[in-house]
Amino acid sequence: MSAPVPETPPQGADRPAAQLRTVEVITLAVVLAFSALLMWDNWRTGIGWESTGPMPGYFPFYVALICAGASVYGLVRELFFPPDAGEPFVMRSQLKRVLQVFLPTLAFVPITQVLGIYVAAFLLIAGFMIWVGHIKAWKSMLTAYLFALVMFLTFEVAFDVIMPKGPLERMLGY
Amino acid sequence: MESLGLLLLGFKVLLTWKTLALMMVGLTLGIFVGVLPGLGGPNGVAILLPLTFTMDPTSAIVMLSCIYWGALFGGAITSILFNIPGEAWSVATTFDGYPMAQQGKAAEALTAAFTSSFIGSLVAVLLITFLAPRIADFALKFGPPEFFAVYLLTFCSFVGLGKEDKHKTIISMALGLLLAGIGMDTVSGQLRMTFGSAELMRGVNFLVAVIGLFGISEILLTMEESLSLRGHAAKISLSVVLRVWKSLPKYWATLLRSSVIGCWLGITPGGAIAASFMGYNLAKRFSKDKESFGKGRIEGVFAPETAAHASGTAALLPMLALGIPGSGTAAILLGGLMVWGLNPGPLLFVEHKEFVWGLIASMYLGNIVGLVMVLSTVPFFAAVLRVPFAAIAPMIVVSCAIGAFAIQNAMFDIWLMLGFGVLGYVFKKISIPLAPLTLALVLGSRAEDAFRLSMIGAEGDLRVFWSNSLVGTITTLAFVLLFWPWIARAFALAARIVAPRTAR
Repeated sequence: MSAPVPETPPQGADRPAAQLRTVEVITLAVVLAFSALLMWDNWRTGIGWESTGPMPGYFPFYVALICAGASVYGLVRELFFPPDAGEPFVMRSQLKRVLQVFLPTLAFVPITQVLGIYVAAFLLIAGFMIWVGHIKAWKSMLTAYLFALVMFLTFEVAFDVIMPKGPLERMLGY
Repeated sequence: MESLGLLLLGFKVLLTWKTLALMMVGLTLGIFVGVLPGLGGPNGVAILLPLTFTMDPTSAIVMLSCIYWGALFGGAITSILFNIPGEAWSVATTFDGYPMAQQGKAAEALTAAFTSSFIGSLVAVLLITFLAPRIADFALKFGPPEFFAVYLLTFCSFVGLGKEDKHKTIISMALGLLLAGIGMDTVSGQLRMTFGSAELMRGVNFLVAVIGLFGISEILLTMEESLSLRGHAAKISLSVVLRVWKSLPKYWATLLRSSVIGCWLGITPGGAIAASFMGYNLAKRFSKDKESFGKGRIEGVFAPETAAHASGTAALLPMLALGIPGSGTAAILLGGLMVWGLNPGPLLFVEHKEFVWGLIASMYLGNIVGLVMVLSTVPFFAAVLRVPFAAIAPMIVVSCAIGAFAIQNAMFDIWLMLGFGVLGYVFKKISIPLAPLTLALVLGSRAEDAFRLSMIGAEGDLRVFWSNSLVGTITTLAFVLLFWPWIARAFALAARIVAPRTAR
């Protein structure tokens, strides 16, 4: 006879931040709501037939209907006949790492609008390397500077692709 | 042999210093993108696409397809040295490739992988050279009903043959079709599903969606795994290459079998992943020494790599001849063609001969140059993998943002890309496949146009899709594929009922 295995995980262990089933149900519900919204909007546009064939709303209306049907099927299955039990969607430590890259990216967009994409890129790369990667500050800043410079030379100078620019580029005459 | 003459024309278009230089740049970038975990064929092509916007279409497509070849070669480095499949179809390569690297035979495994990729692609390119013009010629007779039937066939085969839950594939595809419909309706010019937003009037750009769905979401997934990369070093010497090449004739059956499987599944939409596993499993089944598979057998590298690359390349056949991409990457290349104002499909072979044959010729040349390049630069690219991910992740994010912005010069598109990134992350985790969404997004408006034009022609009679034997066959085949799981089950049941009687 072996000793009973403790059911609870030891202190400080990783806990799931969300269950797979919960996320799946929420996603399917959002898809259902989205399809319903589009069905309504296309019905407003016109889903019937006119002399020149189907009206603009016809095709998307029925696609949205199919989409809604599939998500209802998925919802019923997940809620009443779940195929798998209790798998985690994401663990807390994993979610933390995902947010470590997602939140700076989210901040990167408005900064791009104000300072231009090259300065924002420098800030994002240097900041991420220093605070998330724990890499020496001078190495991080040098890498970020070189990357931004290469991007600038590639897009702005060599290939003439226009990017959002800010005060720094204006000062340099671009 | 009209194809050969046209192929020569293609080489003539290609053989300028500028194009050759672009090829080298494309290959280098491609290998780089392929080596990095979290990027790969479709993501790399999508992110680097904006670089080509200012080029002429031929240079642009040559560079893009070289990025693609490079990414395919690069993926093998990550799978073999680091046991991380760069793409879903590289998974089977890790089965025997990584054990070989562990046994100190990394150079052999890499040479085998590169060589078999080369062989697989070459067979598929030969197929494209001789078959694509025929198919395109045949498809010139297609009217809107036939085209809609072919689109339907593509969509249905994804639902019927896909391994994911059917309702998830349908949701993914329907969302793609809906997103494609946002903005100006191409037939009537009326706005729809914009909810009064000026930003949505432009519609949801396919490439912005792809960069988010594949690029950003991969970064999020890779961060979640917190990869600590520990790989094997490798340096390929000429003697190893020659030794592996000398052993090639021994494996002719495996190579041939995998090439055929690859070509066949590549033309069917969504087949590359299935092809690599099927190639591997069949090689195992036909082998006299089944036990040694998975423990570092060179045949276990040859089989899946040949099949995966044959199918990855063959996926370009329906894209060129019919305007229907057979894989995610083919879909992105198709999106590129449209950006340059080219209309993919059978007319391309008539109206833009130089472009089409330049592209096909670049497949030959890109493959050969790529093979030589990748064999000689493995140590350098393997070193790339030792760069900390904390430096690579933000660089990829910035590249994605640059790519998304450059397509339409719109800030809104960067936000949209982020939204698609989160969507892709969630969808991948709850196993809603992304390939159907990508395909539907790129084909959506063309499918709808074909449907509406057929309806206008037939005055709203749905029987137009069975009005002649050609369109009728395609439509029926589409429905057969859609309900394939049930049909297969019915056949199995029937066989079980009949079998005992015949056995006696």
